Amino acid sequence: MTGAHTTDPILSVNDLVVAVAGRIKIVRGVSFDIAPGEILGLVGESGCGKSMTSLAAMGLLPPAIGVTKGRILLGGTDITRLAPHERVERGCGRIAMIFQEPMTSLNPVLRIGDQIEEAIRVHDPDVVPAVRARELLDMVRIPDAAHQLSAFPHELSGGMRQRVMIAIALACRPSVLIADEPTTALDVTVQRQVLGLIRELCDTLDMGVLFITHDLGVVAQLADRVAVMYAGGLVETGDVVPLFAAPLHPYTAGLMGCLPDPDSDDPLLATIPGSAPRPDEVGDGCPFAPRCPRVADICRRGAVPVRHTDTGQAVRCHFPLNGEAST
Amino acid sequence: MIETIRSSTRLIAARPLVAIGAAFLTLIVTFAVFAPWIAPFGPDAIDPVNRLLPPGGGHLMGTDHFGRDTFSRVVYGSRLALLIGVGVVVFALGTGVPIGVLSALYPKLGRVLMRMVDVLMSFPSLLLALGLIVILGQGVFNAILAIGLIYLTTTARIVYGVALRLRAEPYVEAARSMGAGTWWVVTRHILPNMISPLMVQASFVFAFAQLGAAALDFLGLGAPPDVPSWGNMLAESRIYITRASWLLLWPGLMIVLTAFSLNLVGDWLRDRMDPRFREMVGK
Amino acid sequence: MGRYILHRTGAAIATLIAASIIIFAFIHLIPGDPVYVMLGDGATPDQVAALRQRLGLDEPVIAQYFIWAGNALQGDLGQSVFFDTPVTQVIAEGAETSILLALITMVWIVGFGIPVGVLAAVRQGRWIDQGLSGLAMLLASVPTFWVGLYLILIFAAGLGWFPSSGYPSIFEEGGLSNLRYLVLPSLALAAPNAALILRLTRASMLDVSREDYVRTARAKGIRPSRVVVRHILRNALLAVVSAFGFTFAALISEAVVTETVFALPGVGRTVVQSILRRDYPVIQGVILIIVCLYLVINLLVDLSYRLLDPRVELE
Repeated sequence: MTGAHTTDPILSVNDLVVAVAGRIKIVRGVSFDIAPGEILGLVGESGCGKSMTSLAAMGLLPPAIGVTKGRILLGGTDITRLAPHERVERGCGRIAMIFQEPMTSLNPVLRIGDQIEEAIRVHDPDVVPAVRARELLDMVRIPDAAHQLSAFPHELSGGMRQRVMIAIALACRPSVLIADEPTTALDVTVQRQVLGLIRELCDTLDMGVLFITHDLGVVAQLADRVAVMYAGGLVETGDVVPLFAAPLHPYTAGLMGCLPDPDSDDPLLATIPGSAPRPDEVGDGCPFAPRCPRVADICRRGAVPVRHTDTGQAVRCHFPLNGEAST
Repeated sequence: MIETIRSSTRLIAARPLVAIGAAFLTLIVTFAVFAPWIAPFGPDAIDPVNRLLPPGGGHLMGTDHFGRDTFSRVVYGSRLALLIGVGVVVFALGTGVPIGVLSALYPKLGRVLMRMVDVLMSFPSLLLALGLIVILGQGVFNAILAIGLIYLTTTARIVYGVALRLRAEPYVEAARSMGAGTWWVVTRHILPNMISPLMVQASFVFAFAQLGAAALDFLGLGAPPDVPSWGNMLAESRIYITRASWLLLWPGLMIVLTAFSLNLVGDWLRDRMDPRFREMVGK
Repeated sequence: MGRYILHRTGAAIATLIAASIIIFAFIHLIPGDPVYVMLGDGATPDQVAALRQRLGLDEPVIAQYFIWAGNALQGDLGQSVFFDTPVTQVIAEGAETSILLALITMVWIVGFGIPVGVLAAVRQGRWIDQGLSGLAMLLASVPTFWVGLYLILIFAAGLGWFPSSGYPSIFEEGGLSNLRYLVLPSLALAAPNAALILRLTRASMLDVSREDYVRTARAKGIRPSRVVVRHILRNALLAVVSAFGFTFAALISEAVVTETVFALPGVGRTVVQSILRRDYPVIQGVILIIVCLYLVINLLVDLSYRLLDPRVELE
């Protein structure tokens, strides 16, 4: 379920299945590619499996949750089921991640510098860690880097801590950066700065970025391409402009209906009726069928095929909204 | 009844050790209630001919230096173990709960009371108990008071912590802002929510009361020497242990298994508790 | 930091004053005339009058407290009625045994409790964790004196590896090899406390390993052993350190029993014997010293905690 590409993907996820205790599938057959210098926004409600997809790619799934099927390729190398330290040992450690909670994601008793240098020593054994750490702080626009390296996390603001998290990720010299809701916990102005920084680093370092969020506004602003996830599976992918202009899947359209429309006078926002199914409730058919306004009998029977459009969009739906949403 | 059986089967499957612990505690209660029928001899029946007999024959657990039947004394000892345990729990909770709740409700009073609790806690627990024994004199009831005083302090601390947190809960705040009286808040919101932390605390206090009472008995400052308590049995057997090691085994095992079973049950209850209060109880 | 130390020291002194009032009141709470209780019924009126005067019992109660507390501040805890020597001397004689016993016990507790707790946490849910956690709870349920008696039965009476009782000073004949007298007592004393530290270390390791920053550390690609030591253990030990004040108090309580089991000439046994001898000045003196020690150790634990955890404000 991928769009057309001119370059080879740096990260390629194929038919990924993640399950709890080997039985309950929480990610069901997700596939996507990310090219160098490209930001893919992975969108969905909380609990739809987007974080688990990213943790699977990082090899950081919690105990009792594992990849049961599919492959994850980083620059052509299979990294499926490899923990970060195993990737380092095999010389394919170039994928890094920043997390949602900058407040709790840094070790409170270690200095910022130590936490960055720890990553530098693993991935960049030939450089002087202290010098590289200062360089990284400059890259993520932390002023007064020399001084901040000896600070403890609690002495920094939330935005600064997220910049430190990005610096730690960059210390891994990643070709792919995964960002799991990195700005959700931040103030709006700080949020904008951090997003700007990610865009800029993506361009200058030619990294592929998997940006996970539930915030369509952020995606529209930041991403090159979008993948929409629902109940463990992708329902629609496409380039950001055509997808936002004309969503094909009723769920995508529903999500956008939930976006406040600045031109509308209607104070009441549209919502999707019902709620997402639990992982153990999803059957063979389209998981969105119970909530879908366009549902027909065929939707409840068997797997839904993927349809491609000439605008580069792909949608998993029997009755896509071809163009209707834009009118 | 069927529901009870069903829930016990579930417990046995999920936490076999807890089930064994519960079974052992049931055994102790049975011993205590039916002691005269279970024990083949009286606890004080002296038989000078059959002194220090090893286990076997007519004496399941052997005899002591007066020829008394160890098994019978162990069975009668359950009575004292239960009495001490229940007594200490009733005293510790009966005083600690009001102190903790009042301190949480009335901050000014609370500062004074909790300060006093802190002072009492600065005495090592056994020394506190020994001091009280010196003042009150030796005896079963006084041992209960002395050990109870130790757990008064810890119970009051825990209750205070839980009550403070409950008092700040939005629904309690709401009830208060709508004019609910203190008594109503305590009986409707604070005490009902405190039942599970208190059950956990009670099982730990019960367990440690066994160890405390045994230590007092061993030092000769607990139950009077003629009372067949497990601690007294150990204290008396001390000089005979090389000749008659079974005298050390049985009463000690009873103390250990009682305390262990209660700790297991307490731990199990704590795991089932509201996670917010879990860290507060049972250190 | 200075202000914090000042504040905490002030609180400790307030607690000490309150505790000293309780310790002082103790002698007046004993039913009957303490002088008769101490001397027995056969005492002559002269003896009674002399002891009464020596203990200062003729003064008003409040004056008595200030005299007693004033003397204590100057290092005078009164005379032992039984030995007729200063209480400080009685305590000093037991100090070596008790301090060495406590130190050796702490070595067992730290050397066994923390590493084994780490092992149990790292192998969480496996049989080794279940076995160790069960063992820890069992040990915490065992009376110290019972463990002590069994150690004597097996390793002293049976195998003859260690002496069963007594302790000659390391400054006397035998020197440091006299420490072998403290091996069994310290093991008995360590058992329940090491079990507590084991459980605490395990629980705290598991709590910390669920923290977001541990995931960050893993994401960096550093070795799992390094994640455990540098990120999990280091933070988990904060909780363990803060429990050492409590452990110390538990040690003192159980040392009273252990010293009696092994007939060690320590401060703990002195307390028990003084109770049986009704030597009240000694009881008061020992308890006062122990409370002081407890408050000082708690203060140190608190301060070291604050030094180890940079989040705590140091003003």
